[in-house]
Amino acid sequence: MRKIYNTISEISGNVISVYAEGIKYGEMAEITSAHGKSLAEVIRLERDKVSLQVFAGGRGISTGDEVRFSSSPMKVSFSDDLMGRIFDGKGYPRDNGPRLSENLIEIGGPSVNPAKRIIPRNMIRTGIPMIDLFNTLVESQKLPIFSISGEPYNELLARIAMQAEVDLIILGGCGLKYDDYLFFKDTLEAGGSLSRSILFVHTAADPVVECLMVPDISLAVAEKFALKGKRILVLITDMTNFSDAMKEIAITMEQVPSNRGYPGDLYSQLAARYEKAVDFEGAGSITILAVTTMPGDDVTHPIPDNTGYITEGQFYLRHGRIEPFGSLSRLKQLVNAKTRDDHRALMDGMIKIYASYKETLEKRSMGFKMSAWDEKLLHYGVLFEDELMNLSVNIPLEKALDKGWEILAECFTPEETGFRTELLNRFWPKKEAS
Amino acid sequence: MTVKGKVVGVYGNMISVEFDGNVQMNEVAYLVLGDKKLKSEVIRIRGKQAEMQIFEISKGIGIGNPVEFSAGLLSSTVGPGLLGQIYDGLQNPLPQLAEQCGFFLERGVYLDPLPGDKKWVFTPHAQPGDRLTRGEVLGSVPEGIFTHKIMVPFNLYASYTVKKIAPTGNYTIHDIIAELEDQQGNAVSVTMSFNWPVKRAVDAYAERLKPVDPLVTQIRIIDTLFPVCRGGTYCIPGPFGSGKTVLQQLISRYADIDIVIIAACGERAGEVVETLREFPGLPDPRTGRTLMERTIIICNTSSMPVAAREASVYTAVTLGEYYRQMGLNVLLLADSTSRWAQAMREMSGRLEEIPGEEAFPAYLESVIAAFYERSGIVRNKDGSIGSITIGGTISPAGGNFEEPVTQATLKVVGAFHGLSRERSDARRYPAIHPLESWSKYNGIVDRKKVKFARDVLFRSDEVAQMMKVVGEEGTSLDDFIAYLKGEFFDAVFLQQNAFDPVDASTPRERQHYVFEKLLQILVAVLEMSDKDDARSFFNQMRQKFLDWNGTEMNTDEFRSIETELMNMLRSREVEKLERIYNSQEQSGEGDAKNIQHHQRDIR
Ligand SMILES: Nc1ncnc2c1ncn2[C@@H]1O[C@H](COP(=O)(O)OP(=O)(O)OP(=O)(O)O)[C@@H](O)[C@H]1O
Ligand SMILES: [Mg+2]
Repeated sequence: MRKIYNTISEISGNVISVYAEGIKYGEMAEITSAHGKSLAEVIRLERDKVSLQVFAGGRGISTGDEVRFSSSPMKVSFSDDLMGRIFDGKGYPRDNGPRLSENLIEIGGPSVNPAKRIIPRNMIRTGIPMIDLFNTLVESQKLPIFSISGEPYNELLARIAMQAEVDLIILGGCGLKYDDYLFFKDTLEAGGSLSRSILFVHTAADPVVECLMVPDISLAVAEKFALKGKRILVLITDMTNFSDAMKEIAITMEQVPSNRGYPGDLYSQLAARYEKAVDFEGAGSITILAVTTMPGDDVTHPIPDNTGYITEGQFYLRHGRIEPFGSLSRLKQLVNAKTRDDHRALMDGMIKIYASYKETLEKRSMGFKMSAWDEKLLHYGVLFEDELMNLSVNIPLEKALDKGWEILAECFTPEETGFRTELLNRFWPKKEAS
Repeated sequence: MTVKGKVVGVYGNMISVEFDGNVQMNEVAYLVLGDKKLKSEVIRIRGKQAEMQIFEISKGIGIGNPVEFSAGLLSSTVGPGLLGQIYDGLQNPLPQLAEQCGFFLERGVYLDPLPGDKKWVFTPHAQPGDRLTRGEVLGSVPEGIFTHKIMVPFNLYASYTVKKIAPTGNYTIHDIIAELEDQQGNAVSVTMSFNWPVKRAVDAYAERLKPVDPLVTQIRIIDTLFPVCRGGTYCIPGPFGSGKTVLQQLISRYADIDIVIIAACGERAGEVVETLREFPGLPDPRTGRTLMERTIIICNTSSMPVAAREASVYTAVTLGEYYRQMGLNVLLLADSTSRWAQAMREMSGRLEEIPGEEAFPAYLESVIAAFYERSGIVRNKDGSIGSITIGGTISPAGGNFEEPVTQATLKVVGAFHGLSRERSDARRYPAIHPLESWSKYNGIVDRKKVKFARDVLFRSDEVAQMMKVVGEEGTSLDDFIAYLKGEFFDAVFLQQNAFDPVDASTPRERQHYVFEKLLQILVAVLEMSDKDDARSFFNQMRQKFLDWNGTEMNTDEFRSIETELMNMLRSREVEKLERIYNSQEQSGEGDAKNIQHHQRDIR
């Protein structure tokens, strides 16, 4: 039975309160105002007072508007008909296709039993040496791209999506600029991938609260497909917008903020989404790549900070390159033992030397004389940046490993590199460069 | 009669309940939702209204839903069969849950923590007529490699006479194995399992002792520089990705301990999976059986209900205390205590308590202190000695140690293994900062030698800082050698390759042996023609030493690399200065500096 109420007792920000009975926590309602209809979700019950967050926002809502409760939580339609379709944050069509309403599934469902998870084991190849060689992406991994506005993070996301061998791509846009939305759509279309993609896009022009639904809808759909055996790559951009929307609601609800205005449960909220990444035993998998733009380029800001504590590593995108420091794939060791024998040693060894190069750069900038060793490092640094870090390089892992040894041999004698003798005997290029 | 109530408010994972009758603080209650009963715990009582944290997702709960109070506190079930189990924070066995519910965690399903139908071979130790108190031994059953003592339940506070005891035979945990009688003549039947409230420390031992024996972890930087003690505590704060979990995983494998309890508290599920999938196949070097047989995993990962996360560390320590009562050495690894503190913060916020720093509740410090206080080494009533060592990771916001959880923890722990972002960025693992970390415990190496080695590091760092200002050309050769020695020490000893089969763990004897050789290198006064010469010498030494680290001890290869290494050293060594760290009269202050002075004198 649907319950309808006509008196809204409080309106504050995007949250309204109604006196109502028999309402459940998390239930959806529809509000009809002079500006149209909006969805709303129950976020607090205090005796007969019901607080709801209104998707379209509180602006323009009148105390006399109609609130119609649905007796059910937020749901989205799930079927193969979703393929190739584009929806908004509520799950309504953004393309000209029909509205889907069969086979509704709940979003934000329970988490996977850890005992049912398996150890990730498949590398996802991207052709980007900074990823494949140094921070290998692994099927079922959850990984953010830490960046700042202006950096080509959406391009990077799209490039990985096009190159990755997955069955299905789900794009979740949170506060996406319209241009960026079109960019994704066009790229997927041009690459012939749109038909194996589903887009849930909330744009910057849409009401803020709708953005909160995007990760949950995307991941609920991904989960169902994964259970049917599909390998899915979920791309979300930008989780900072999602977190800020959450902050807005928390403040409206007068929650005590923990850090720079963000609610104390930011960690748990983000984790509930990222932890949907999974490799199901005997079925498919979900891999999550999500952009997090760092306010003020500050990685200690609560959003990137909490994200880093949740995800299995992170890619730092800065100056159009994936930074070797800070970037990390925590799952790489699960796959790089079986790629090539020199993979692990090279991955750590080259970064160690690159760190020394950075120190030398610092010394040079302070005007110190460069020693013979410093000169070698400087040479190394330049080669490393040009031939491995550069994002336009597109080579398979094995080529990248060979390239690594070439660079080392061009700059150093074997014992200067700190590798074990056994490895050097096997992999050090035979013809010595000067 | 059970006390009943009904829901009058829902806000996230906090529900408000109006009740009739008497309700205890921390009492467990069940919220009835359709055919499901959802577990929850009373966290505040005001008049006839109680606030409860619900251990499940609160979606679908409505005003008026009935609530049944249980009259019991949140408890763990103890008894034979705990080892090898994988539980959630409320001791729900996850593999069995998966069998019943499939891929997802279904709410409101609570299974027995211990197998009820398994028969254990019980041998009585007590005799009819014996007078016993809580924690004293009635008998034992073999549990894997251990003798699991069956004790007078800790929640029986009187003094009892044994009236009857079961003869040797096979029993389940529900069978009565003893009849006791207290001084008033009340009879009590005892089975092999009982419940203990998780938030109460088990204190059924005779005496608490001072922790003194080092707990060998096989991590060199810990055992040699920042040791941990049996019955002691330590913490590992560090920014994300600095290696806290990897370090805990290494310790869980290699530590010289009877039982390991892993409390995966609000962290990634994937990390637990690595442990629970790998341990059953990994041999415990001490016993030859699998690591899983000595391990209990309490797993309340980040996307599981937050209230159960808060409970999980208590469940873990309660199980540890239970095994300590049998005279076993237990290691509790909690990853991450910050998530536990955040669970408290979330609840405190919903209760609208006056917030402290970073919105953590004002009682944060005392709660953290009380938790670490549950560690310790004890003499039990039968004279056996048991211990719990607690190691907790901390995930400070922004990686900044000046935050409430880190600060509160540092006040109470015995060792601090601070991980640094610079070290992990530079792939210097384990990223424990060798200058900032500390330990109050005795390790496996003579303190004087440790002091000397640390001085080498301090000296090296001093030169490194100075070089940043005056450059390499402004640094004397002697200082430069001092710098290289510190870097060398770091590279070949403090850093340890977790993924190398040999280097990943260094047993006590090997640490002793290698450290002695290393000291010879560090004290040597060396003949170098210039800085490039010095650098290349140490590069070669480092290379050899790393090869050595990767070689099985006491093999021909091990000995031959050692000879080469020592020959390389001899070829440059001017004089040995072992007396510097051996001499009694030296204060120890500035020993490393003395070597430098000496080096200058010789030149
Ligand atoms: N001892 C080590 N040897 C080699 N690699 C390591 C070591 N410690 C850490 N790493 C690398 O760093 C990554 C992150 O380590 P870890 O997961 O332990 O970090 P953490 O401090 O627990 O981070 P978080 O707080 O986010 O959980 C690992 O996946 C691994 O790649
Ligand atoms: Mg960790």
